[in-house]
Amino acid sequence: MAYKNFTVETDADGFALITWDMPEKSMNVIDLSVMDELDAVIDQVAGDDGIKGAVITSGKSAFSGGADLTMLEGLLKDFHVKRGDDPEEAAKMLFEGSRKLTLVYRKLETCGKPFVAAVNSTCMGGGTELALACHARVVDEDLKMGLPEVKVGLFPGAGGTQRVMRMADGQQGMQFLLQGRTLRAPNAKQMKLVNEVTTTKKLVASAKKMLAAGLDPVKEWDKKGYKLPNGKVYSPAGFQFWPAANAIYRRETFDNYPGARYLLHSVVEGLQLPMDLALQVESRYFAKVLQTPEAANMIRSLFVSMQELNKGARRPEDQRPNKIKKIGVLGAGFMGAGIAYVTAQAGIEVVLIDRDQEAADKGKAHSEELMGKAIKRGRATEEQKEKLLSKITATVDYDQLAECDLVIEAVFEDREIKKTVTEQAEAAMKSRAIYASNTSTLPITSLAQASKRPKNFIGIHFFSPVDKMMLVEVIMGKKTSDRALAMALDYIKAIKKTPIVVNDSRGFYTSRVVMTYIREGLMMLADGVPAAMIENAGKMAGMPVGPLSLGDEVALDLAWKIVSATRKDLGVKYVEGPLDNILEEMVVKQERFGRKNAKGFYDYKGKDKSLWPGIPDVVGQPKPAESFNIEELKQRLLVMQALETARIFEEKCLTDVREADVGSILGFGFAPYTGGTLSYIDMMGTTAFVDLCKKFTKKWGPRFKPNKLLRDMAKENERFYGKFAPKAEAAQKDAA
Amino acid sequence: MPEAYIYDHVRTPRGRGKKDGSLHEVPAVRLAATALEALRDRNGLETQKIDDVVLGCVDPVGEAGGDIARAAVFAAGYDTSVPGMQINRFCASGLDAVNMASAQVMSGQHKLVIAGGVESMSRVGLGASGGAWPIEPQVAIPSYFMPQGVSADLIATKYGFTRDDCDAYAVESQKRAGKSWDEGRFSKSVVPVKDINGITILAKDEHMRPETDMQSLASLNASFEMMGSMGGFDAVGIQAHPEIENVKHVHHAGNSSGIVDGSAAVLIGSSTAGRSIGMKPRARIKAFANIGSEPALMLTGPVDVTEKLLKNAKMEMKDIDLIEINEAFASVVLRYQQAFDLDPQTVNVNGGAIALGHPLGATGAMILGTVLDELERRDLNTALVTLCIGAGMGTATIIERV
Repeated sequence: MAYKNFTVETDADGFALITWDMPEKSMNVIDLSVMDELDAVIDQVAGDDGIKGAVITSGKSAFSGGADLTMLEGLLKDFHVKRGDDPEEAAKMLFEGSRKLTLVYRKLETCGKPFVAAVNSTCMGGGTELALACHARVVDEDLKMGLPEVKVGLFPGAGGTQRVMRMADGQQGMQFLLQGRTLRAPNAKQMKLVNEVTTTKKLVASAKKMLAAGLDPVKEWDKKGYKLPNGKVYSPAGFQFWPAANAIYRRETFDNYPGARYLLHSVVEGLQLPMDLALQVESRYFAKVLQTPEAANMIRSLFVSMQELNKGARRPEDQRPNKIKKIGVLGAGFMGAGIAYVTAQAGIEVVLIDRDQEAADKGKAHSEELMGKAIKRGRATEEQKEKLLSKITATVDYDQLAECDLVIEAVFEDREIKKTVTEQAEAAMKSRAIYASNTSTLPITSLAQASKRPKNFIGIHFFSPVDKMMLVEVIMGKKTSDRALAMALDYIKAIKKTPIVVNDSRGFYTSRVVMTYIREGLMMLADGVPAAMIENAGKMAGMPVGPLSLGDEVALDLAWKIVSATRKDLGVKYVEGPLDNILEEMVVKQERFGRKNAKGFYDYKGKDKSLWPGIPDVVGQPKPAESFNIEELKQRLLVMQALETARIFEEKCLTDVREADVGSILGFGFAPYTGGTLSYIDMMGTTAFVDLCKKFTKKWGPRFKPNKLLRDMAKENERFYGKFAPKAEAAQKDAA
Repeated sequence: MPEAYIYDHVRTPRGRGKKDGSLHEVPAVRLAATALEALRDRNGLETQKIDDVVLGCVDPVGEAGGDIARAAVFAAGYDTSVPGMQINRFCASGLDAVNMASAQVMSGQHKLVIAGGVESMSRVGLGASGGAWPIEPQVAIPSYFMPQGVSADLIATKYGFTRDDCDAYAVESQKRAGKSWDEGRFSKSVVPVKDINGITILAKDEHMRPETDMQSLASLNASFEMMGSMGGFDAVGIQAHPEIENVKHVHHAGNSSGIVDGSAAVLIGSSTAGRSIGMKPRARIKAFANIGSEPALMLTGPVDVTEKLLKNAKMEMKDIDLIEINEAFASVVLRYQQAFDLDPQTVNVNGGAIALGHPLGATGAMILGTVLDELERRDLNTALVTLCIGAGMGTATIIERV
């Protein structure tokens, strides 16, 4: 039988080798055609007396990237169309459509013939669930196995929740499912999710050896007398485990993520049932999760949009691709050193320059340290470390920039210093080379005044720590050319980060919005909200840290400087507020600068921190917690950021809704379950959002006044993703 | 509407709820039967006149399962016409049994009912009956499930009670309990548990340690710290009460209620029923109420239910002479006193569960009896009895001497 995505070859022993190799794709993904064909392949294996067992392997350099999420989007569209007429029928259709893969895998598991998954390298989501449905798994040393569905607001809904919890230790299994972590081969084996680890070359042979040894085609859980590895849910052991699992779910998610929530429901209810019913219950919850706005928004921002941006959605089409061989980094401090590391990791040569050799060497040592840690964790080898370090030249010699395609400046946020290094670097650089500043707040157009070639001058704003933060904010100065933009985007693609492109202004996008979050926290202090309540409101709203904590991280003296500078710039127009008083008292009188001097809104002792008991002395005694509504506090913190984003969008500093959303989540951790700052507004509806802004304006101050764009959109309840729908060709061309 | 009166009440002593506890050898149904027998024998009751036996039991499984009230009717040798039912509202079950029996009488459908409760924690085990509340995400998550000890610590944190406050309260409870035994204040109602030969197994509460002082309590480690941090429950509490930065863990075995075995029974009937058995009523069930309260704090239900009850009964706190609030944890009582600005000299005057122990299903009926005896001893009139309850509930009853 001929298939488009699979080949089936049966050897003399009667073992079928099913090779999954999708045409015109770099990675195997599960789409409708794969599901249909896999179903037929299983029938073929089950129905052919000459076939005794089967091995499923990949014809590509990795096993599978999982399900094609656009397939789910299609199902959802049908659901929404039908829901108006017949909600129950629509739900049934979604339930049945979304459990198709579950039934294919279950058929494989119960067809009577043994299947071994021979898994090479990456194996994600539906790919992992396929492997788990097989009767054994042999993997290569390069394995990266995961069920990352929770990260896009879903959960593993093709048997993943049920099979993992029937195979692994309870705690490890729950962590694996709830965190969506990626497992390496030794961990996967230790967790009993795989049976054997071997080299890539020996995968198929090892798998066939398992078949030859008489692999049981009936799973333990399909036999009489099966006992769950972690005991029954309703047992003394279960009473030790599940209450804590529920609590830890809340601790980690603040109950903001229906995907994680229903994952837990599915596991607890499923473990009390035989497998077929367990899978049915899992499917019911999966269909429910699919309908949530959180899942839709997360899929759109964190899967579709992110992929489009990664693939160069904003790259000028007429620019030839750049092959970047060598870049320069000016300033070997924490940022510069991080940039050097991620660049060298991408195989690009780096000239790392600082004022003296010692400082430059220290910057290079950062890479050594990071690689050392990776080696300790078994994620890198000594050889890789040497190779990476050989790419970095630490020096004081600007002449070494002569061969660089791109030079990134990461010196202090001081115009004079920046001016000096710009001139020094340009003197040595090729005339066509691009010069980028890693400034986080200074307008690029003004920095470009120090340049002889302002067309070649661009902003490439990294986030700290560079090796962990996936976003890079590219800033276009007034004179910045498309060629410079193409270079920046090609570079960001090479280092495997996600770019957003914004137009020049003070604070650009991310820094500007982050400051409003911190400011709102301070305003709450002034309103008499207890400090802990402000911090918890931030975290409960879905932010990674509370606003006061973030203020401490950014540094209060820096915030004070910014406020003072703004006041100076605006002169008499500046309206002094409680913000000025709080910051002045904290910084000038109390010398509490934040994390950097271990004194801010928190007291810092090593890794521990606790709120400074002196806060009421600065801001006044807090009012009783009962006088504030926690839901409103959460909303204030999110609405403020979303509103600022809408303003930036109206000012055309941001031009693409996808960049606003992806940038907000990746750049400053804006409540991921919302899908990002603009998705948050869309989710609420612009009319409701503007009403809320008006209410907050009355109650909390004019900073909540909605801008014109929003007011106009609110009239017809227009959505950002409707009015400013991004062109989606880039995505369609090369999905998955 | 007929009134419901209390004619008599008895309880067993409370045995330590462990394998070395004196009542460990005694089956739960025998504990319950002991109370029923005592009520019958000391009052010469003709048991066929009893319309129902309502017993609270919080872990009604195994030997305590399958309607232990009807089982106790047989074990006590009551007339077979006496039915029985077991009820469960966690820690207030014993008081709810009294309230339900009273409601039967007030409605005129029953005339004479025995209400009470039983728990053999040493034999059946705390939490043995399981349940969806902590386990099923669809319940545990919206109800902010936490172990009660963590909730008690959350109450202390929220309302500002320190470890010393809680320990001092515990010391006082022990002192009061010790003094009450010394002065024989419990002797009217405690009936010994005896073996088949009439040999006494236990005649006195054995959990108390009247010699307890601040120093001896100071050596105890907080019991719920690990649970709170490792189990994630502190975070649950904070999300329900976000003005709290950290939960301060102040409770331990010495300022929490003791795990014990025991049972109690209260004879409740209408005035005509009293005449027919030739007994005089000792008190009237004036009013009772139930409520659901904030589930993360879980144990502040007594405050809410007291407000509701006083309002329903058109009474004020100043109308109440003595208060009996179950000492599940020190912070529960401290919060209750704080909420109503009470004089501690009117609350749990004979000590409470921190000293004497808390046989879950029986406690409500026990403390109702204790405070009635005390009203009589002091010749006071009105008392309010209340208990905090798992999953955030409160039950309260007001009795009045007649």
